[in-house]
Amino acid sequence: MNTAIISLVIMGVVALVFGLIIALAYSKFKVEVDPKVEEIFEILPGVNCGACGYPGCQNYAEAVASGAAPPNKCTVGGPEVAAKVAAIMGLEAGEVERKVAKVLCIGDREKSVWSAEYDGPQTCSAAHAAGGAGKACSYGCLGFGDCVEACPFDAIHMNDKGIPVVDEEKCTGCGLCAEACPRDIIVIESIKKRTYVFCRSHDTPKRSREVCSVACIACGICVRLAPEGLKMEDNLAVVIDHEKVTDQAIEKCPTKVLFRMEP
Amino acid sequence: MELLVIFISALLINNFVLHYFLGICPFIGVSNRLDSAISMGLAVTFVMSIAASASWLIYYLLLVPYHLEFLEIVSFILVIASLVQVVEMFIKKTSPPLYQALGIYLPLITTNCAILGVALLMVLKKYNFIESLVFSVGAGLGFALAIVIMAGIREELEFADVPETLKGAGITLIVAGILALAFMGFSGLV
Repeated sequence: MNTAIISLVIMGVVALVFGLIIALAYSKFKVEVDPKVEEIFEILPGVNCGACGYPGCQNYAEAVASGAAPPNKCTVGGPEVAAKVAAIMGLEAGEVERKVAKVLCIGDREKSVWSAEYDGPQTCSAAHAAGGAGKACSYGCLGFGDCVEACPFDAIHMNDKGIPVVDEEKCTGCGLCAEACPRDIIVIESIKKRTYVFCRSHDTPKRSREVCSVACIACGICVRLAPEGLKMEDNLAVVIDHEKVTDQAIEKCPTKVLFRMEP
Repeated sequence: MELLVIFISALLINNFVLHYFLGICPFIGVSNRLDSAISMGLAVTFVMSIAASASWLIYYLLLVPYHLEFLEIVSFILVIASLVQVVEMFIKKTSPPLYQALGIYLPLITTNCAILGVALLMVLKKYNFIESLVFSVGAGLGFALAIVIMAGIREELEFADVPETLKGAGITLIVAGILALAFMGFSGLV
């Protein structure tokens, strides 16, 4: 009984002394961390996707608090988060340019030519390494859904014809799908840009015509009709300014691969 | 001379990692890269020597006079945990670069069995204060030595053609075992 009391007292005193030392040390050695960093970090979504250009939300919060980064870099959080972060920093939010993923290939199973059977691992990267899973076009979508796998937000899905479709409501523009795509078909651009040539093929016009009914065949009609909106790059028309692509150019595209996405 | 024997013994012959198999968790976990291994080794040495001195004082000035030796584990854990806290705050204030370098390892040391092992062994071996201090510094440097050697080997292993089944933890444990065998060669030293 006596031992129990003594041990209680001794341990209590020792613990108390250490507690006091820690409390004292805490007040003495307290390092002032900018409280803004914590506040901003609380508001950020915390998915650490890296879309802002920093390794994680904590780093971005530090950068914003120190003034090195603008408050509207978080594409995941969108305008809401940007406004809150800006309020903490006492700044105007500025408009967040919401970016989403866009799939620049519409050559699905019905519209493109498949010239061989493929029986290997069912991923785009494997099929791409094996020469394209029998899809005759060596630039087009393979349709195994590596991008769907990569998406942390459930924002990209395969349609029944084997082309991924982006759910723009859910898409945060983090770019993981674009990274996963072995054929660089997916681009991350402003949601306001709706006009694209939905083809990535640099094949010769003849070859393109043979392998896909919705390929850019480098006829050059669109470039002639809207020279400020498009240019020809290695057998592929590319939109350089989506506002200057005229309706006429879109209408005249023989394979209908240049068009405006539905809003 | 006695002190030198204690030091060499803790450093090489009874190396904490490779002889007692204490502190295996950081030994495997933090030995991926040489620079972080060095940081970890030094942090452990530092905390070990402070913790051993404080534990010695608590044990011989408080526990022994009141015949409370059975409380040694509880009180040592208390000492180590609080010391790491204070040391962490102190480093954070005085040397931010060092704090950055040690990073997560400092708090990790709190639950490192090698630290508690030093405190318990020093009681077991009935060392006096100076001997305990030398013992703990030797043990800490022994840990640092082991983890640095390990990190060096693992950096080389990155480029080695390791069989598929042994990649990762498997080859690491095998290497640790061979290292322990090699350290047995020191047993005739003193």
